[in-house]
Amino acid sequence: MPLHPVAKQAFAAALDDGWADPARLYTESRRAGQLLDAARAVVAEVVGARSDEVTFCANGSVAAHLAVLGGLAGRRRAGSVFVHSAVEHSAVLHAAVRHTAGPHGTAVPVGVDRAGRVSTSAFADALAAPGVALAALMSANHEVGTVQPVAEVAAACAAAGVPLYVDAAQTLGRAPVPSGWSLLTGSARKWGGPAGVGVLVVRTGTRWTSPYPADERERGRFPGASNLPAIVAAAASLRAAHAEAGAEAARLSPLIDRIRERVAATVPDVDVVGDPVDRLPNLVTFSCLYVDGEALLHALDARGFAVSSGSSCTSSTLSPSHVLEAMGVLSHGNVRVSLHSGTTEAEVERFLTELPAIVAELRATAGVTGL
Amino acid sequence: MTPDLTLDCLGMRCPLPVIQLARRISEVPVGGVVRVLADDPAARNDIPAWCRMKSHGYLGTEGTAHDVRRLV
Repeated sequence: MPLHPVAKQAFAAALDDGWADPARLYTESRRAGQLLDAARAVVAEVVGARSDEVTFCANGSVAAHLAVLGGLAGRRRAGSVFVHSAVEHSAVLHAAVRHTAGPHGTAVPVGVDRAGRVSTSAFADALAAPGVALAALMSANHEVGTVQPVAEVAAACAAAGVPLYVDAAQTLGRAPVPSGWSLLTGSARKWGGPAGVGVLVVRTGTRWTSPYPADERERGRFPGASNLPAIVAAAASLRAAHAEAGAEAARLSPLIDRIRERVAATVPDVDVVGDPVDRLPNLVTFSCLYVDGEALLHALDARGFAVSSGSSCTSSTLSPSHVLEAMGVLSHGNVRVSLHSGTTEAEVERFLTELPAIVAELRATAGVTGL
Repeated sequence: MTPDLTLDCLGMRCPLPVIQLARRISEVPVGGVVRVLADDPAARNDIPAWCRMKSHGYLGTEGTAHDVRRLV
């Protein structure tokens, strides 16, 4: 999504005022340190945490790696089992792979229903196994938009005495922040901030050990000098996006409803996936039978529509999206539409008007019309 | 189980195995079984999904063999 205008202003201002290293003691450094403290306080307020619980790191994926590997390392004495939903972001799954490559590490994925939602009772069953060190559940899914039952799963985690990590990348600045977590992460570029800023929040009292060698920065939670102008821009845009979230959701969510209804009605043999109601306000995914996902993306791009896909032919691994696979829904011909603050109703209408003919043309070219 | 029709889609990328299945399922009678041999990783997901969308019966997958019962 494009940068929030506030992010640009804050970035430019911080380049002038915050160029110095906040960890030094000269005047400019103290000024930079004040900017960093202020940015941390803003993020803390939005997520409902204390400033000293907030860590800035390299990006959202690194934040997820820190949460998973640090949460598991901190609970090594309790066990080595990592319970997570099957539809977590690949950064979480990659951290799980790293964990299971170790001598005793185990990861237990909890399956989802056709809408992409975990069942709280299935999650609770997985928590009941011996040696569970950490559980992870995203606030909402990045590919299909389905909101996860975080509050219920958090209660199950509390009952089992297992800390819960919530990947809130899709909902920070867009929806209320869930409660009941011990670890939470986000990614500035997902809320309209710059790329290259991740946020890790570790609740006081949570056992967490950094998977990196520690230095004096970020309370030993993430090493090296940080990108202060980007952090300042991230915090300013989070505050703005969080304040505008209700109005933005009220504008975008009906447009998503419209896309879901019209695509299902006007494109034959289409699977509109994800939960139709309990979902992100800005995202919808559908799959068109017999259509090559890459060809569809190119055809849409040629008409000025920038969309994504979970189809295998659009991925570097040639494997279908693990999210669509876990849901058991069609993975080829897949299109993911994300709306943002710059998306207008007219653009959505043009997309809906042009899509049926684009799909029909691709099917005609492939000789699959009427199958 | 001996299928009524076997489609060799080994080496084909998605969505070609599903297209072959859709094209040729009418060659077996209702109740008959089509076996699709497909090694594209998407096939094990997309063949059951196609069965659900088109009201056919997905019987299961063994290795690269995916069995489908024609129901309509």
